Amino acid sequence: MLLEELSNASGVAGNEGEVREKLIAVVKDHVDEYHVDTIGNLITLKRGTGPEPRLKVMLAAHMDEIGLMIVAIEQNGHLRFRPVGGIDGRVLLSKMVYVGKDRIPGVIGVKPIHLLKPKEREQVLEIDQLTIDIGAKNQEEAQGLVKLGDYAAFATTFATLGGTAKGKALDDRAGCAVLAEIVQGGPYPCDLYAVFTVQEEVGLRGAMVAAYAVSPDLGFALEGTVCDDSPKKKDLSPTTRLGGGPAITIMDRSVIADKRLVKLLMDTAKELGIPYQIKQPGVGGTDAGRIHISKEGVPSVAVAVPCRYIHSPVSLLDLTDFQNTVKLMKATLARVKEF
Amino acid sequence: MKELIKKLTEAYGPSGNEEQVRQIIQAEIAGFADEVRTDALGNLIAVKKPAGGATPAVKVMLAAHMDEIGLIVTHIDDKGFLRFGTIGGVNPLSLLGGRVRFASGRIGVIGIEKLEPNEYPKLEKMYIDIGAKDKAEAETLVSVGDAAGFWRDCVLQGNRVVAKAMDDRIACAVLVQTLKELTATPNEVYFVFTVQEEVGLRGAITSAYGLEPDVAIAVDVTLTGDTPEARTMAVSLGQGPAIKVKDSGMLAHPGVKQLLVEAAKALGIPYQLEVLVGGTTDAMAMQVSRAGVPAGVVSIPTRYVHSPSEMVDASDVQNAVKLLLKVLASPVVLPA
Repeated sequence: MLLEELSNASGVAGNEGEVREKLIAVVKDHVDEYHVDTIGNLITLKRGTGPEPRLKVMLAAHMDEIGLMIVAIEQNGHLRFRPVGGIDGRVLLSKMVYVGKDRIPGVIGVKPIHLLKPKEREQVLEIDQLTIDIGAKNQEEAQGLVKLGDYAAFATTFATLGGTAKGKALDDRAGCAVLAEIVQGGPYPCDLYAVFTVQEEVGLRGAMVAAYAVSPDLGFALEGTVCDDSPKKKDLSPTTRLGGGPAITIMDRSVIADKRLVKLLMDTAKELGIPYQIKQPGVGGTDAGRIHISKEGVPSVAVAVPCRYIHSPVSLLDLTDFQNTVKLMKATLARVKEF
Repeated sequence: MKELIKKLTEAYGPSGNEEQVRQIIQAEIAGFADEVRTDALGNLIAVKKPAGGATPAVKVMLAAHMDEIGLIVTHIDDKGFLRFGTIGGVNPLSLLGGRVRFASGRIGVIGIEKLEPNEYPKLEKMYIDIGAKDKAEAETLVSVGDAAGFWRDCVLQGNRVVAKAMDDRIACAVLVQTLKELTATPNEVYFVFTVQEEVGLRGAITSAYGLEPDVAIAVDVTLTGDTPEARTMAVSLGQGPAIKVKDSGMLAHPGVKQLLVEAAKALGIPYQLEVLVGGTTDAMAMQVSRAGVPAGVVSIPTRYVHSPSEMVDASDVQNAVKLLLKVLASPVVLPA
């Protein structure tokens, strides 16, 4: 399963090569052109079947995941690190990571309970108090295995659990897998620029550059988004619900979606009986944030697969939501002839 | 101009929902511009060119934003009350007891949960009551994602005008009036009514990229220092339009600033120099567009900015129009 391969691959922001290679292998026979730009975006073009001039539609899914970077190697062989992308330090305690291109296993170890004073158990450990232990006896041995600037990714193995799937980096390997399926489908009336972007997690940087180069007429960001549907004490909505279908963004912190695109998605979903939901306004940001203000402006929207526990070592999605996202996008793109 | 200000400030237009404001402006300027178009994000762009097809001296971009701050529905609860988030910089304190209006015209009242003594009223404790009797009725009236703006009427008392959304409809009114009174200019002047300023200057970013102006001037509100125990600021109502020196997003091009000062002096109108500590305008985006654009701002001094009752002085507004007309009457060449 492509989603499984992509989830297991290492691709922390700035180091997306492994993910990119897998995607090139999957999409290259289904697109008319592809190239990798200077920052690492994989930009592909699948020409449309409609008469010229055809609409240029850019679809963006980001290849990068959040992770860690090694910033110091201690005397005792432990590794100090910094987060790459937004990470709540508390999700790191006692987790396993793979360091560097040789995937050296390491543990972010913590003091066992036997040694903790009651007060210590209430304290939150800061990221700069944590280290990765790769089992090296000393600094010299560690330096033989890893170096400053090496990336560490969570060591989570993808698995399906009934109708759901768990794995790391579903934000945004889910979006990448959706985009890969779109590219393998079609044909579509418009020209599809399927762009697998880099460095979304550190500031939507790949999308900014790719949108400038592609100059699309319309933009869609495909994401794995926040899903916090655990029972709440108050009568409030979750950001999205697992099983609620693809989540359409009306407004988040990075973009106010073009209303016509939101309507097109909703109308398409309703007509074809595809479940969908509106993502709670005001949460998060996506590549659409940069695409829509590129050059003279690009009407844009974001569509996402709800994923519980994103930006942690293990996230969870519903495979039916995933399939419905693919279905909704394919059907919508089939209708986009003019705008 | 009073009717124009009333019509514009009372119109509905939170960021991303500027259609109604755009329609009003389009109707107002019909027949006065050489060309009018709407771009991909919804910016309204009207151009006035030199007469007789003469080569324009300078390409000038003037910007005023159509959007206002507002609220966005995030949840419809089981009893039909609405929870919300903000669009732009909304001060929670300014909401209590207030009314908001949706695009359909439906009015909502801001309510708040019970508070402990000395508890600060946070946004999370507030909700909008649109008078629905239950969730089902509420869902026929609004949807998650619907936006609402403050709802207050515009009041003129003597020379003082009070309204919601003076930021930045007063500037839209200034640009409309300037466009109407600009009979001849040697410049190619783009009157750009931008979208989504309040959420990140987004309309200004894209319209400046498209137009590639030689000079850019934003017209926006600025704060004043003339109310009781106000933060120190050397700008007051009724002392003339303010010419921006610096705000938190940009340093005005000294040449643009000087051009505006000299025009004000030549006209004999009052003016003030403005340093704004917190806040910025579309000029910040125009200044760093492409290879850079000399940019400045003509500001309308305004009390109670980002509240439902923003107050301006009519003479400042009229003088702002005169200032722009004076600047546009000659080639907009910056002093050396």
